[in-house]
Amino acid sequence: MQKLFAAIVLGLAAGPLVVCAADVEVKLVIENHRFTPETVKVPAGQKVKLLIENRDATPEEFDSHALNREKVIPAKSTGSVFIGPLKAGSYPFVGEFNDKTAKGVVLAE
Amino acid sequence: MFGTALIVFRETLEAALIIGVIAAATRGVPMRGRWLTGGVVLGLIGSALVAAGMERIAQVADGLGQEIFNASILGVAVLMLAWHNIWMASHGRAMAAEAKSLGGAIREGSRTLSVLLVVIAVAVLREGSETVLFLYGITLSGSSSVMQMVAGAMLGVAGGAAVGITLYKGLLRIPLKWFFTATSALVLLLAAGMAAQAARFLAQADLLPSLASPLWNLSAVLPNESAVGTLLHGLVGYDAQPAGIQVVFYVAVALAIAAGMRWVGNKTHAPQK
Repeated sequence: MQKLFAAIVLGLAAGPLVVCAADVEVKLVIENHRFTPETVKVPAGQKVKLLIENRDATPEEFDSHALNREKVIPAKSTGSVFIGPLKAGSYPFVGEFNDKTAKGVVLAE
Repeated sequence: MFGTALIVFRETLEAALIIGVIAAATRGVPMRGRWLTGGVVLGLIGSALVAAGMERIAQVADGLGQEIFNASILGVAVLMLAWHNIWMASHGRAMAAEAKSLGGAIREGSRTLSVLLVVIAVAVLREGSETVLFLYGITLSGSSSVMQMVAGAMLGVAGGAAVGITLYKGLLRIPLKWFFTATSALVLLLAAGMAAQAARFLAQADLLPSLASPLWNLSAVLPNESAVGTLLHGLVGYDAQPAGIQVVFYVAVALAIAAGMRWVGNKTHAPQK
């Protein structure tokens, strides 16, 4: 139990120390249950901040198994998701609440 | 309707698996039905509250409120599961082994019920709040009628519950000799998997480094979205493409709980030698 606490406390304490500034920011818009752009180019090997703006009146969940990310973006609001640093390649994502139309891919190169 | 059912099924499944494991781990404990149901009810109430407050949660801490919230409640669940396992290692299992009966263990087991109620409530709340938001979205967009939505949601919940019940029945078939070992191993891995998920949320919020993302990629062998992948994800935290930090948390929590169980286990056995 003590070790568990120690591990968690250490983990939480070490967190903020390693946060580095100067991330790449990429914008994404959700409108009519579609992402724009549907192909998101990001630099490989670098941490990237995805800024996702949901212009619809309904909430959406940004979901990607490949990127290992999921986040609810409430209606008419913007959410941010940090991804990477990624190896070069393509990483598909969907809007889980409307996965027939809301699809896209992150291209790391 | 089937689209709705599928999504609700996916969201329900994870909570149903957790409830199945906990129901098995508390087998025979008096009043456990009341505690487990209490956890589900609290989780459902929490789901509605969290869904209603999602916009506010999302805005906290520079738009990272959701990640911090999720990581925190997962952290609480991990602590509760750890406590249950270590408690059972010090009391329940030793007594069951010595008395060759479940009686002692069952009496001890009832003391951790309140802790497991929290775990169930957290599991239901996490998946439930997303389901509520999803269904709310359908209602708003008017893409299907309310009747269809309700039917789909009920079908999805029923499907998830069926898997949970199947798991529970399967676990009960494990012979008594190995039953405690098996259920506590499952609870340990469940806790480790939740810790890994908490780490993922903290990396998503950039509060922790992801340390290689992914560390390895098994999505060609066993993808997350396959049936087996989904089951293993819910049960033992399987992830086809985990970030390094998730693996660190998984291993650290698994080792910490195992060490805690062994430590208290030795202590309770020592005087008899």
